[in-house]
Amino acid sequence: MQKLKTSIAAMLLLVVSVANAQEKEKMNHDHGDMKMDHSKMKMDKMQDTKAEAVLADYFMLKDALVGDDSKKSAQMGTKLVAALKAFGMSSYTKEQQEELADIIEDATEHAEHIAKSELEHQREHFKTLSKDITDMVAITGTKNTLYQQFCPMYDKGSTWLSTSNEVKNPYYGSKMIKCGKVQKEITN
Amino acid sequence: MKIVKIIVLVLLVAFVGVQFIPTVRNQSESTPKTDFMLVNTVPKNINEKLQVSCYDCHSNNTAYPWYNKVQPVAWLLENHINNGKEELNFNEWADYSDRRKKSKLKSIISQIRDDEMPLTSYTLIHKDAKFSENEKQELMDWLSGLRDSL
Repeated sequence: MQKLKTSIAAMLLLVVSVANAQEKEKMNHDHGDMKMDHSKMKMDKMQDTKAEAVLADYFMLKDALVGDDSKKSAQMGTKLVAALKAFGMSSYTKEQQEELADIIEDATEHAEHIAKSELEHQREHFKTLSKDITDMVAITGTKNTLYQQFCPMYDKGSTWLSTSNEVKNPYYGSKMIKCGKVQKEITN
Repeated sequence: MKIVKIIVLVLLVAFVGVQFIPTVRNQSESTPKTDFMLVNTVPKNINEKLQVSCYDCHSNNTAYPWYNKVQPVAWLLENHINNGKEELNFNEWADYSDRRKKSKLKSIISQIRDDEMPLTSYTLIHKDAKFSENEKQELMDWLSGLRDSL
């Protein structure tokens, strides 16, 4: 038994010294490299389809939140991440591309969080996501008429987009489904 | 007794063995110009609080206690730090666009408000990293002010 104890002690010493010897750490390698997908696309029509796909998933997500359905919202979050990834922007000006890349990076992060959070957090992320998507539409346009709606109660006032002018609140769901009003009509 | 001895020995050998697998240490000598503290005017108490409670996992420089250099703890930590930096790296603050900064600040504030950050597994060992209710409020107020100024 004594022998065992001695060998345990010896091994522990060895471990600590090995750990210390490994100080040769590599210098920082992280450069926040979140590369956007620059898939080259020629047809202008394609671009619009991609933006419409993002919008379609956004509206599905909104409806899931209106229905207080956290699981479905998470699924829609995952779908939205994929739609955002597929977004191509070669038909836009350089300035617009920069803005869009920024919007998409931000929106992707929020969609990713929505894919793995519970309902209240999903709603928090949905607020910023809605701002991103609204800014995106301002650049890309859309074939449908959209309604920007506003709820004065949620987090000092929050907006979202809808294809219908009837208010169904995604921030409160069944608790206060009618809270809010149409703030703006978006037509292109 | 013999079987116990063998098991203990096998475990020990495995434990020693894993020590030889290298991990990447998150350490850096200099603070980049893009650091949060350098591009913002941060009051001293806020600065200290953020450095002590957040910078270990949300910057390019971690202060490692000795036991964090021992496997398998070192792996666990490496993983945490990589995830942490991916979400938010204070050292690269100026590289974020205004939209990203606002988003990050919003998340920082809600994480602090909901006691989700700093992680409990972290404050268990780093007692000084824990926020008191007062400190939480101070941080949230200041960070909200910064967000509104963007």
